[in-house]
Amino acid sequence: MASPTSSAITLTVNGDKHELTVDHRTTLLDALRERLDLTGSKKGCDQGQCGACTVLIDGRRAVSCLQLAVAAEGREITTIEGMADGEELHPVQQAFLDLDGFQCGYCTPGQICSAVGVIAEHAAGWPSAVTEDVRPEAGPPPLTPDEIRERMSGNLCRCGAYVSIAQAVARAAGAESEAVRETGEAA
Amino acid sequence: MTTTTDPAAAAVRSIGTARTRVEGRDKVTGAARYAGEIPFAELAHGWLVLSTVARGRVRSVEADPVLAMPGVLAVLHHGNAPRVESDFVGMLGVPPDPAAVVFQDDRVPHAGWPVALVVAETSEQAREAAETLVVHYDQEPHDVAFSAGHPGAYAPESAGYAEAAVEKGDLEAALAASSVVVDAEYTTPEEHHNAMEPHAAAARWDGGRLEVVDSNQGSTWVASELAQMFSLDPGAVRVRSEHVGGGFGSKGVRAHQVAAVMAATVLQRPVRVVMTRRQVFSLAGYRSPTVQRVRLGADADGRLRVLEHRSLSATSTVREFVETSAAAGRALYPADAHHTTHELVRLDVPTPTWMRAPGEAPGSFALESALDELAEKCGVDPIALRTRNEPDRGPVSGLPFGSRNLVACFEEGARRFGWADRDPRPGLRRDGRWLLGTGTAAASFHAGAGPSTAAVTAEADGTFTVRITAADIGTGARTALTLVAADTLEVAPERVRVRIGDSDFGPAMIAGGSMGTRSWAWAITIAARELRERLALDGTVPPEGVTVRSDTTEALGALSQKERHSYGAQFAEVAVDTATGEVRVRRMLGIFAAGRIVNPLTARSQLVGGMIWGISMALHEEAARDRNLGSHVGADLAGYHFAAHADVPAVEADWVDDQDPDDPIDIKGVGEVGIVGAAAAVANAVWHATGVRHRHLPIRPDRVLLAHTGAHDA
Repeated sequence: MASPTSSAITLTVNGDKHELTVDHRTTLLDALRERLDLTGSKKGCDQGQCGACTVLIDGRRAVSCLQLAVAAEGREITTIEGMADGEELHPVQQAFLDLDGFQCGYCTPGQICSAVGVIAEHAAGWPSAVTEDVRPEAGPPPLTPDEIRERMSGNLCRCGAYVSIAQAVARAAGAESEAVRETGEAA
Repeated sequence: MTTTTDPAAAAVRSIGTARTRVEGRDKVTGAARYAGEIPFAELAHGWLVLSTVARGRVRSVEADPVLAMPGVLAVLHHGNAPRVESDFVGMLGVPPDPAAVVFQDDRVPHAGWPVALVVAETSEQAREAAETLVVHYDQEPHDVAFSAGHPGAYAPESAGYAEAAVEKGDLEAALAASSVVVDAEYTTPEEHHNAMEPHAAAARWDGGRLEVVDSNQGSTWVASELAQMFSLDPGAVRVRSEHVGGGFGSKGVRAHQVAAVMAATVLQRPVRVVMTRRQVFSLAGYRSPTVQRVRLGADADGRLRVLEHRSLSATSTVREFVETSAAAGRALYPADAHHTTHELVRLDVPTPTWMRAPGEAPGSFALESALDELAEKCGVDPIALRTRNEPDRGPVSGLPFGSRNLVACFEEGARRFGWADRDPRPGLRRDGRWLLGTGTAAASFHAGAGPSTAAVTAEADGTFTVRITAADIGTGARTALTLVAADTLEVAPERVRVRIGDSDFGPAMIAGGSMGTRSWAWAITIAARELRERLALDGTVPPEGVTVRSDTTEALGALSQKERHSYGAQFAEVAVDTATGEVRVRRMLGIFAAGRIVNPLTARSQLVGGMIWGISMALHEEAARDRNLGSHVGADLAGYHFAAHADVPAVEADWVDDQDPDDPIDIKGVGEVGIVGAAAAVANAVWHATGVRHRHLPIRPDRVLLAHTGAHDA
């Protein structure tokens, strides 16, 4: 029931539509965690400084703690729960698991969502602060460890799993570009 | 059915093989639920209100206007909260955290002291009401300024698990006999654990039993302290903590669990209390700042005659806690005069606590920096200096060592790092705008164990279930214990299920002091071995299974007295831009001797994580306190920086063979040794790069700049 302080909205999360009435103060993160029982997105700081709540909104990385739920209506939201294809893990998830890209696991959903965003941003040719040649015609720079570290720096990990996270992102990025190439050849 | 363990499988050991985490899939899919994520019907949300003054008394809490706000159910404060017991010593041998004994009187001993809990139907309502609540104080003058020479400094009688003062040998005589003396003061700042998951707990009463879903480092510990505080039978409290988003020493009994229990008691419905990140800075403990004076006296060849280490740290006005920095050298280096002492100053600040390698982390920064200075003065290679000061018995205790492979760590590390080619002279190497240097330091951390119980069950379906009140705070304990149980039972690990984090499983050690996996593995080994022997005699397993229980209290008591420690050699290469003050770590290598490594995959992660803490400690971490307000400046993850991805280069950890034939379990733990010496290795590398000694952490750009414009040591 909508009221002066709440609104009925529809959130599209991982392809599913959810109708709910939210307090206008409710962040997207709290709506996911408290209302939709999607607790994979984590609350590490609740003020946009740690990245644990990172989700993809229309395919782009966003910290869901700084987004009001009412403002997320009509957007395609992808959370960690939507990354795997049934029982088959997303290549980024699989690489994190195989290379031990986490310890306590609390920053992990945000790291993985961020990594998926990084790989897409890189493939689309976006430069980063450490990209040497930023001319559009230069195309995507090599996804070096420095590029990965720079692009992933909005996601803090207090356990210090950074080394294996960066390896996992590199592995998944390699696997993905290979998959794209194969698909391309088939087509 | 008949269950057999498989002696043939004994040849295929699980211990020592790299295994991904058994809960790993849950963690990468978001399915793993942490304490604040377990749903309860009728759950109410509590929000803590912390004092805004640094010292004084609460004059009044204006609860009525807040109680009239939508959804607000209760405002608990010292005027109406249930009374609890606090005059006891808990299972770790210390009284409860004073800030956890919430709402018992009107006294405010520091900024960020809990003064009220607002409970409401939703977290939004609770938060707004808590931020609206007006609390009036009678403010008193405060002192939060920690410094060398503070007039209130005193020598504590005890320093927790270490002796406060050890003074062996004639200091003045040994100094007089020394050809070379290093005498320097080092400081480390206030540092915070900042586990990624803020502290969270939900409490409810269930048929006369108190049930708490928590995020902690030991559910036995939390359950027993809550039982004592609320005067309950120990069996009437159940604490569960299945997944823990980091701990590092901070996740014990804190204000949030106690406040949640109070509210659940008053309201007779489940209540969850989650700390905000800002609240974590004042409610969850921290590492005290230190001022350390180290005096080393040596012969011309570097052999130590004097090891004097005096450390001043801060504590609160409500409890004594000693950061045992000066103890770092007691089992590491021998000297004719071996003086290591602690002093404290009581300030109007929260009580410090254990934080990853308590004592050793700041202590090793000072001691291992001083050794590097001694090596420079003597013209001796830093590794040769340490090898030359290798003791054959505990330098202070006189006890034999269990296994001590520090020299092997340095040898292997030097080979892999390329130390032999190093020119010891500082300030010579340049790469564009960067000055380059390398440094090394020793690491050591005590290998202990605490009494634990375990239950191992042979199930009727041929699998095995281990139940133990262990905690996996990211260490990989759950996986390591699975491998230990599998090897002892002589079965494949896929047939073993390890259940942890439930105080109903019986008393067990906490995840702390690098003792968790060692303590729990010991209990599981005893129970699993007996179960295997029993099944060998009669493999019939009834539907309810066959369970064997163990208790290591006796075995621990029978352990011979020895100096048992893990060791390591830390190496760092840094680049310093003296025009901007920027310091970048380019690579780090740590070689460790840490007993039997159960799971190389997760052990490596832990060691590397510790080393990354060392980078943070050397270059980034520092909590700033406003002297006038008495509270933190920038108490958040932007104001308090620890290493992010871009700060962390190639960091590599590995180990040498390390066995103690007299140790029945021979696991040493790898949680803390990784940070020990790491900050000193970085600081020593900064000296090698620039020729400037940085004795004050963190090595901030302004300190680098000042040192080079002022042309003096920082």
